[in-house]
Amino acid sequence: MLVIKDLHAKIDDKEILRGINLEIKPGEVHAIMGPNGSGKSTLSSVLAGNEKFEVSEGSVTFNDKDLLDLAPEDRAREGLFLSFQYPIEIPGVSMVNFMRTAVNEHRKYREQVPYSASEFLKLMREKKKLVEIDSNLTNRSVNEGFSGGEKKKNEIFQMAMLEPKLAILDETDSGLDIDALRVVANGVNKLKSPETSSIVITHYQRLLDHIVPDFVHVLYKGRIVKSAGKELALELEEKGYDWIKKEFED
Amino acid sequence: MNVTCRVVNLQEEYSQLYKENYSLIESCAPEKMNTLRAKAFEVFNEKGIPSNKVEDYKYTNLQPYFKGTLDIAFSSEAAFNGSETKFNCDVPELDTHNVFLVNGWYSHQNEVNGLPTGVVVGSIREKAAEYPEVFEKYYGETNALDSDVMAAMNTAFAQDGAFIYIPKGVIVEKPIQLVNIMNGASDRLVFQRNLIVVEENAQAKVMLCDHTIAPHKFVVNNLTEVFANENSVFDVYNVQNQHNLTTQVSGIFVHQKKHSNILTNNLTLHSGVTRNNIRITMDDENCESHVYGLYLSDKNQHVDNFTFIDHAKPNCQSFELFKGVLDDSATGSFTGRVLVRPDAQQTNAYQSNNNLLLTENAKINSKPQLEIYADDVKCSHGATVGQLDDEAMFYLRSRGINQTEGRILLMFAFAYEVIEKIRVEPLKENIRALVEKRFRGEFDKCDSCVVCGQQGTSVSCL
Repeated sequence: MLVIKDLHAKIDDKEILRGINLEIKPGEVHAIMGPNGSGKSTLSSVLAGNEKFEVSEGSVTFNDKDLLDLAPEDRAREGLFLSFQYPIEIPGVSMVNFMRTAVNEHRKYREQVPYSASEFLKLMREKKKLVEIDSNLTNRSVNEGFSGGEKKKNEIFQMAMLEPKLAILDETDSGLDIDALRVVANGVNKLKSPETSSIVITHYQRLLDHIVPDFVHVLYKGRIVKSAGKELALELEEKGYDWIKKEFED
Repeated sequence: MNVTCRVVNLQEEYSQLYKENYSLIESCAPEKMNTLRAKAFEVFNEKGIPSNKVEDYKYTNLQPYFKGTLDIAFSSEAAFNGSETKFNCDVPELDTHNVFLVNGWYSHQNEVNGLPTGVVVGSIREKAAEYPEVFEKYYGETNALDSDVMAAMNTAFAQDGAFIYIPKGVIVEKPIQLVNIMNGASDRLVFQRNLIVVEENAQAKVMLCDHTIAPHKFVVNNLTEVFANENSVFDVYNVQNQHNLTTQVSGIFVHQKKHSNILTNNLTLHSGVTRNNIRITMDDENCESHVYGLYLSDKNQHVDNFTFIDHAKPNCQSFELFKGVLDDSATGSFTGRVLVRPDAQQTNAYQSNNNLLLTENAKINSKPQLEIYADDVKCSHGATVGQLDDEAMFYLRSRGINQTEGRILLMFAFAYEVIEKIRVEPLKENIRALVEKRFRGEFDKCDSCVVCGQQGTSVSCL
């Protein structure tokens, strides 16, 4: 579904991604771990199309399409979803209005009939229940006044509404208490299917207890230096990153 | 009959215009209107139309806009020009008590039904004769002349407008909507003078809708005096929806008595050159005032909101919020003067002006001006100028919303704070829809607005 070949990306002339290679097939969950500054968030921003970053080399194919050639909104409409590490507050834009516009844009792209107001509200109620999000949160402006945990839940709610093929969860567990973590992980798991995949970016093993990965990759200094099964995450939890850094220092 | 005046040297021609037509101006006008004219004309003649050398008009030089060959109506027949058709306001259907004024004169086609007993809505000339004590007591008492030369010009020249009287204890549920239409076959100078009196314990809401329906240059000087007596609640919403060839100087002067609660909201959705003079005098204890404004400008438009909130007595509160979105080469200005006089203790005055500039050429001058002479007060002011938030835009795009739609959502989110302040639910919804249309470029200012289609580089289109 997603094929990344030798991806290099920089910001302000500083190269952060220095040759990423990754392949993701439908139905797979890939975890990406790594020390701070290794380029995890940069990778998710570049895949989502954030214009702050410049891709200098390499290619990314998503469902046989050239992803790097698409505008951010088209990548989303193709089925890519990024759950932000720090979701931004947008006062004055109501959640309902925001979601309805987004959902209908997706439907237009797929040549489906846009939802009417009542159909849409029905959909919202269903998805709210699914991911256990509070009714109140959707009556307000996007993320306005939300706590960290509420913002993360809201990201998963949006994911449920948009039904992406590939979800990139950028440190979805940061700032969450144990209960919130459980709710978020449950939501992600409920949305899992043999046709959809996810990239779970995290520092900690505990999220991976709930969202069990098929593959674990370690990102260090802009490159994926080690890939293995879920045992790798446990090994990192035990030993830390030093042994990786020593092995791959350049 | 319309008098055509060719204005080149401003003062010379305006002075001549006044003197030559004085007998028409004063004929059938209420006595007090005429008594005040002499002093007003003196002030106007001495100071003249302000250029940007006058401090208060630093960002809006009115002189060029008051020149040209302009028609002026000195009678209602001249104002209507034989076109006494029934008008329809293009502000979406609202349930209001609706009256029309054309070129500053109250239309005789108006029929207002269903007003509560004792409420008067009519032509100021006519009602002054029917209610002389009220007129005598209130007309001119906001002392507008002393401060602003354009108010003096209005006092000298204006002959008609609207008169609204709400008796003690009466609550008018539906808004009273004054639709001010500028029309005609040639360029025109218009004066309009409104007087609104809200007696003790009364409540009312008024909408002033300014529209242009002909593609000529309109130069408008209007002034609305409002007297909000003890315990009254009064809202005035000024919706400006005029084409690029319009120059409007509009005054809303409010005088408050104790425990009154007033709200003004200037919604400048489309205009050429607008100068709004808003003055609130809290002449008694425990007054509350809400002064709001939203200005949406593009092309070469210019909106200047000049407010003056006078905390003359203690224990009063004022809340001021003006927000603007400027596109293309539009310019704007906000001056918020708040005066807290020496004995006005326990004053709370909050002021904020936020501006969104969408291009490099758009320009705003924001001047908060707090003069505080009492020591036990809470006053704050803030002004911001910014662009659309890149991060917010990326967030929207990452959800599949394209850039154009994203911009509209974000601009609307910005503007919404002022729309939220509208205290009349149906009106709030209508303005919300109009503002969204404005941002989408689906706005229809008037039937014949083809002239405004271009970038506006030619002199006539400002």
